[in-house]
Amino acid sequence: MKNSAASPETGLRRIWRGRLTRLTAQGQQDGRPVGKKALAVSRFRAADTLIVLAGLAVAFLIGCALFPSWIAPYSPTEMNTAAILQAPSAAHLFGTDYFGRDVFSLVVYGTRDSLLIGISSVIGGVLIGGTLGSIAGYVGGRLDTVIMRVMDVLLTIPGILLALTIAAALGPGLRNLVLAIAISSVPGYARVMRGQIMAIRSRGYIAASHALGAKPRHVLMQHVLPNSAAPLLVMATLGLGSSILAGAGLSFLGLGVLKEIPDWGALLSQGRGYLTVAWWICTFPGLAITVFVLSVNLIGDRWRDAVDPKRKGR
Amino acid sequence: MLQTVIARLVSSLLVIVGSLALVFCIFYLLPGDPVLSMVDPTSVSPEVIENLRHQLGLDRPFHERLLTYFGDMLTGDFGRSLVGSDPVLPKILEQVPSTLLLTAASALVAVVVGVTLGVLSAVRKGGMIDLIARIVGLFGISMPTFWSGILLILIFSVQLRWLPSMGSEGWQTLILPSLALGFVGAGSIVRMVRGSMLDVLNEPFITTLRAKGLREPLIQYKHALRSALIPAITLIGMQIGDMLAGTVIIETVFSRQGIGRILADSIMAKDLPVVQGIVFFTAIVYVGINLLVDLSYAVIDPRIRRKGAR
Repeated sequence: MKNSAASPETGLRRIWRGRLTRLTAQGQQDGRPVGKKALAVSRFRAADTLIVLAGLAVAFLIGCALFPSWIAPYSPTEMNTAAILQAPSAAHLFGTDYFGRDVFSLVVYGTRDSLLIGISSVIGGVLIGGTLGSIAGYVGGRLDTVIMRVMDVLLTIPGILLALTIAAALGPGLRNLVLAIAISSVPGYARVMRGQIMAIRSRGYIAASHALGAKPRHVLMQHVLPNSAAPLLVMATLGLGSSILAGAGLSFLGLGVLKEIPDWGALLSQGRGYLTVAWWICTFPGLAITVFVLSVNLIGDRWRDAVDPKRKGR
Repeated sequence: MLQTVIARLVSSLLVIVGSLALVFCIFYLLPGDPVLSMVDPTSVSPEVIENLRHQLGLDRPFHERLLTYFGDMLTGDFGRSLVGSDPVLPKILEQVPSTLLLTAASALVAVVVGVTLGVLSAVRKGGMIDLIARIVGLFGISMPTFWSGILLILIFSVQLRWLPSMGSEGWQTLILPSLALGFVGAGSIVRMVRGSMLDVLNEPFITTLRAKGLREPLIQYKHALRSALIPAITLIGMQIGDMLAGTVIIETVFSRQGIGRILADSIMAKDLPVVQGIVFFTAIVYVGINLLVDLSYAVIDPRIRRKGAR
């Protein structure tokens, strides 16, 4: 149908085309005649409110991580023996735990380590995975085979289990936890980057650049990498959610950072013992994890839709 | 067809050998010293540590250790637990049925909820079901399993007292853990099925079918669904593997028996042979599931069936 302008359209063909368009439109919009523009605008507004809310939630939690003392009403280590296991109230928004600590303040102070683990492991994973994927995709040949087979092997162990195993082998601690989660996310980033590089490498403008006498290094840094980065960045945004979840999970199992101020996963794990008497200790740290991951995923989804023309209007 | 099966089997075997080497490398090459994690270096003499190292064969060269390790694993000798010193393999096998049952139940939840919601939301795009599907999809991938598990316990065990919060006896104990674990898988599957179903519904062959005058349900549920399920099946295979791995958290939350629970306990006790054995076991199951997924393509997708090996 694209070149119908070029070819003379017979009467029969015009009718056929009209029928096709009608049928496609019917299938897509359930028969209701909605202007395409109006539809796009209404969807854009509803989705945008959500994105703004998600952005605010992320900004607030980052604020908690950076300046917890401005937001938390109590010190996270302050034990008030007069207020043990109190239900949420005006004085203690999220209630108090077994030691009389304010759960809201604990959640606020716990943000720092929780986000730090998630963000650093994504950066680590993207750097290692992106580099390996770029090398595999750009150099190709035997090096490509070796790198990708190693990635395949890494993928035979489900992500959380691989992170768990590495964390167990390395021992507890923030750095080890980050390393474990980063390594377990490397194969995913490497695969995407490799695919992207290979797709870009065969484009005409790359050949043109080579033909003009550009050095391979220049072509890679100036043309291939900048044009391959978007999907990796989108994937990293969505990956931040899973890294936070993985960090909280490992922390929940006791492989986290053993500190006086627990991160969200460790806080949840501590509250598990008081489930029948104090629902709030477990509920609120989990809510914080969910709100952050949900917001990041919303933003990532939206970004992916914007980058990938195939997904427009979903 | 037979050629495809054999090729896949061989590559799966190679991958399993690779994952065996990977597990070996994680435990013996990373900077953690297994001996130092077994004993406290401040309380025992260096000779004791040296002795232990010799006993475990850690003083031998790398390739020798790797070969011994391969030989042991392939003959089913997974070593002995450092705690209680019982053999690892029977200890794992004893717990396998409970974990596989939980994984299967979770997979059932994930596939039924995920595929149904995904298909319906694509067919009725913009409607109520679509909204529900989007919420399930987003929350499924955003909620930590341990939290959804704990919320289920709070609601159905602590408040309503309908279902037990712990244990592994009887079918009632299976419901909450499989819901918590299955929900995560359902989230990913909904997103995938919805997306690929929407893609397929826009393809020219669907338009042709409509032009032919075929009834809409037949187009959607026979022709479109079949094509849309092909990418979804890869994801379902991976999700089942993730759910198997997820039992390490869910079995801990619900105090259920199983290899996930032993794994969590062994990690805390630094019982590396058991950890190693369980990770290797999971890798084998995971590779097996992916093999089945690959082979199932041939059954579903006539293009692959005709082409033979791909």
